[in-house]
Amino acid sequence: MALRDNPFGEVRLPLLLSAAAALLVAIVAAAALLLTDRRETFQSEAYGVTRRVGDQVAAPVNTVVAAPVRWGGSVVDYVQGYFFAVSENRRLKAELKEAQQWKVAAVALRDTNDRYKALLGLKTDPPIPMVAARAVADSRGPFANTRLINAGEERGVSVGNPVMSENGLVGRVIGVTTGAARVLLLTDVASRTPVMIDRTNARAILTGDGGPNPKMDYLRGNNPVAEGDQILTSGDGGVLPRGLPVGRAVKGLDGRWRVVLASDAAPVDFVRVLLFQDFRQLVDAKQLDKLPVPPPSEPVAQTVGVVGSTPAPAASPPAGKPVDLKPAIGTPPPAAAATPKPAAAKPAAATSAKPPASGTATTAAKPAAPKAAAPKPPAPKPSVARPAADPAAEIPH
Amino acid sequence: MSFEAARPLAPWRWIGGPMLTALLGNLVLLVPFRVFGLQLPEPVFAMVPAFAWAVIRPSILAPFALLIMGVIMDIMWGSAIGLWSLSLLLAYGAVLSARSILAGQSRVVMWIWYAVACGIAEGAGYLFVQLDSQSTPSPWAVGWQLLATILLYPFADRLIDRFEDADVRFR
Repeated sequence: MALRDNPFGEVRLPLLLSAAAALLVAIVAAAALLLTDRRETFQSEAYGVTRRVGDQVAAPVNTVVAAPVRWGGSVVDYVQGYFFAVSENRRLKAELKEAQQWKVAAVALRDTNDRYKALLGLKTDPPIPMVAARAVADSRGPFANTRLINAGEERGVSVGNPVMSENGLVGRVIGVTTGAARVLLLTDVASRTPVMIDRTNARAILTGDGGPNPKMDYLRGNNPVAEGDQILTSGDGGVLPRGLPVGRAVKGLDGRWRVVLASDAAPVDFVRVLLFQDFRQLVDAKQLDKLPVPPPSEPVAQTVGVVGSTPAPAASPPAGKPVDLKPAIGTPPPAAAATPKPAAAKPAAATSAKPPASGTATTAAKPAAPKAAAPKPPAPKPSVARPAADPAAEIPH
Repeated sequence: MSFEAARPLAPWRWIGGPMLTALLGNLVLLVPFRVFGLQLPEPVFAMVPAFAWAVIRPSILAPFALLIMGVIMDIMWGSAIGLWSLSLLLAYGAVLSARSILAGQSRVVMWIWYAVACGIAEGAGYLFVQLDSQSTPSPWAVGWQLLATILLYPFADRLIDRFEDADVRFR
């Protein structure tokens, strides 16, 4: 039957065309929305008003929707507790026995640790304040793994804060509004977390892919990881504090190293938000920005440690330069090097890869000895400062 | 013949109702719940109306309903805004263009076509996420969501059965 013969033919074609045009307009609008979205950035304004309002509305609605499930879960827990009380009691007794042994060891280690800290003048990170919250929505799809929690800016939560369960790291806050915050989980495809392998101190970037076990990218070193190794946050880049438990390493079916998240073993609904911004909050920012003291015009310090019996160079050095900086073998180290600045006293402040102690020693000598063939003064090795001193230098970008 | 069949097809009946139902399904499955360490599935409920609307009749309102539904889903799930709108609209467009082929097919064949439409939506989402985040989503995770969504076809079948003959102009 021809279109002309159809009694509705006259209205059908315009309707088809207008439907196609509507589809095209909707596709263009959706593409524009997608192109302008930047959900994974740390800029709070990038989260957008739409999401803010959406989260603000969704949080109480999801709380109501989740309430029956929560009550049901409590009933199941109660029944489980009743039926499995004996086996749980046995397990807890065994755990307590083991924990008591650890307690003795922990007290001894804490004492030793305190003495070392006092000896080295080590400044440790201050405790980070925390906020407890409940997850009211949990998305688990391949393209988005986020949780909505019922604590927002009124409780001090801000974009970038790490979020933990009782067992380990869950993710970080990507959007915050009044009464609610959106947490990007470690498993999200946009999530990137600097981690380290506890056993070898090797670094990697934990990359989510929407599955339950995120993969470790940019692994460095020779055999840096083995099955079952504990994975911690490395603190590289200062986004997260160092040493938060993440999970343990497993070899995936695809042959890549992946992580079984420690937070998976914890209940899904309760989380703790660490009110941690980045490492800059731990030190005095003004002190960081201060330029190093320029060398004195009078080269008094340059001659320190120089032995007069050293042979003079063939050509006379330029004016203002010392004769030689080479210390005599067997002579005591230069005074400047012998009293280095307490580099360990500001571990997070030093962002340069060079140890500050040697820098202190060469500050005065630098203009005088451009090619310092002399051995470096035996400055004390700033091994204490290293872990927190050079996070930026080790970021495997 | 009832009087209801003779009434014109009101948009709130075949677009508004299914849209709200699909969003409600999404909302319920957002509940943070885990049984014996296993999480709830997360099917794309919006694929049911996206497929059924294209089969029932071409419409001006349906693409915009899908656009709004996709944005709400993105806000609910925390994915990039526009991701699900675009994915659903592409699947809807594919079904709409194949509408004449789908007419009069058996339920099993229609289920297969629905699975193909779901595959288009998930594939588009996979590609967009890959481009957006510079990372490849897990094919297993995509496969699980696809499977859970394909299992929702009986709802789409019911929607098609109810409204397919409601507008005689597009039979």
